Amino acid sequence: MKGRSIALVVYFVFLLLPIYWLVNMSLKTNQEILSGLTLFPREPTLANFHTILTDPSWYMGYVNSLIYVVMNTVISLSVALPAAYAFSRFRFIGDKHVFFWLLTNRMAPPAVFLLPFFQLYQALGLFDTHIAVALAHCLFNVPLAVWILEGFMSGVPKEIDETAYVDGYSFPHFFVRIFLPLIKAGIGVTAFFCFMFSWVELLLARTLTATNAKPIASTMTRTVSAAGMDWGLLAAAGVLTIVPGALVIWFVRNYMAKGFALGRV
Amino acid sequence: MSLQLQGIARTVGGSIHLHPVDALLEPGLHVLLGPTGAGKTSLMRLMAGLDAPSAGRILQDGQDVTGVPVRQRSVAFVYQQFINYPSLSVFENIASPLRLKGQERGAIERRVREVASLLHIDHLLDRLPAELSGGQQQRTAIARALAKDARLLLLDEPLVNLDYKLREELRTELRALFERRGAVVIYSTTEPIEALTMGGSVLVMHEGRVLQAGPTAQVYHHPASEAVAEVFSDPPMNLVNVEVTGGTARFPQGLELPLTGHLGMLEDGAYRFGIRALHLALRPKPGLPFLPARVELADISGSETFVHVHAEGLDWVVQEEGVHEHGLGEPVTVYLDPTRLYAFGPDGRVRAAPARGRGG
Repeated sequence: MKGRSIALVVYFVFLLLPIYWLVNMSLKTNQEILSGLTLFPREPTLANFHTILTDPSWYMGYVNSLIYVVMNTVISLSVALPAAYAFSRFRFIGDKHVFFWLLTNRMAPPAVFLLPFFQLYQALGLFDTHIAVALAHCLFNVPLAVWILEGFMSGVPKEIDETAYVDGYSFPHFFVRIFLPLIKAGIGVTAFFCFMFSWVELLLARTLTATNAKPIASTMTRTVSAAGMDWGLLAAAGVLTIVPGALVIWFVRNYMAKGFALGRV
Repeated sequence: MSLQLQGIARTVGGSIHLHPVDALLEPGLHVLLGPTGAGKTSLMRLMAGLDAPSAGRILQDGQDVTGVPVRQRSVAFVYQQFINYPSLSVFENIASPLRLKGQERGAIERRVREVASLLHIDHLLDRLPAELSGGQQQRTAIARALAKDARLLLLDEPLVNLDYKLREELRTELRALFERRGAVVIYSTTEPIEALTMGGSVLVMHEGRVLQAGPTAQVYHHPASEAVAEVFSDPPMNLVNVEVTGGTARFPQGLELPLTGHLGMLEDGAYRFGIRALHLALRPKPGLPFLPARVELADISGSETFVHVHAEGLDWVVQEEGVHEHGLGEPVTVYLDPTRLYAFGPDGRVRAAPARGRGG
């Protein structure tokens, strides 16, 4: 028992150390960061956060990221829900192969799709738009969403669908009124995974945008200048990047536990 | 309303689930009786319109409804599993078919309360299905089916997952409920006793075929074939191969039985004789023919004892009143009542059946 708690404490220290370091740095001035090791800021300052939250060239990075992440989550869910329903309820030619093929989309690194996406979006005039990034991320999120949702949907007995038809429900009515409430935990878990992938993905988001839809992660590279690195500002931006993810996890934490228990995550 | 099946069959991926079935079902209670895998559920799903038949037509009141989707038919279905909408309260569950019909609020409220009180769940209307016991969940499902007032009500082994006491109680209540309706009610079960309790008429099914249809008591007393007798008998009918020559049946154990009464007309040849467990006895009955056998197993169920006996050429079950102890391998004498013997030909068709009148 004792050994286990020590191991846990050590684990948490290692886990939290980088986050502590980041928060610590974001509250310091650049002189203090560069002058030597201090475990707590000598003169705590919120100047770094102030800069980010007042300068549009900074905070628009967050806004852009949030726009395409939310777009992506909404598109992924609305496409994956009917697809997952089909996979869980109907048997059609090649259903198992298509289901597997969907997953293979996730097996290639995003860099593989970089050039085709770049060329395609240039040609279609989608370059540097939010929808461009959202659609590119769908390539990875839709298969995952279908996979997770199919697991949850297969846990709902088919007899419930049939009872609804016998009662006289039309399909859309049944789907929204009866079926979706039954898999809301699955929808929560799926939304979380789509959100997280899209939020942390850097390569596609950076390449497919220039100025109008520039994500926060590529804004952060701005801090490198001729005058050197603005460490404090960079750290503050990093702290703010963790916040949306932490919020989302907080809201879906109960669903997550259920999702893991059902074994499709 | 009447339901007519014209040669409906169902084949799935090359395997036959249902051989062509012809039947005319008038309003009233019809029991589908057959062992697991007999095709009861397949047939009911076709009747409801949940599956499409591979061949044949279904007529409601003379109208072809074969291709009509289930939501446009007047059908209600109760599953063996307790199927309710988990996210809706009991009240909303029962009300859902009525709301979809566009009935006004007050009428729905009245109807739901009326049906709920019939099934004794009126105090549970605010709960969610997951907060109910199994019996209450199934009552909710039945209430939803009854509330709809469908012209075709299908119940697929509705009581099988309930405990014994509850099953007996619900069975009696359901029978009373069905009697008051002008609908075609189809009730499937694997248990002959349940079929007899429900009454009405029966369709005996076995391996995807309807073997015999008719009033329940009549089918029970006059099974058309060995298969029907086996399905419609619990424990299954005891069978033995006999040779009939010159008005005498020769049993494998050397028993020679002069044939009289309903068996008197049998021509010479090989037969299989059948007799129900309750027409056998282990206690001496003067004047009755008997066979020597050994006890294999004694199974006490309630106030009855089912003694499994073995002798060369037969494995029988004897039903005895009361609780009796029997040692394994104990030699016993089995007395049989020749007036209760059925005779089946080599093709399985019935050749002679006992006259009715002296009880099951």
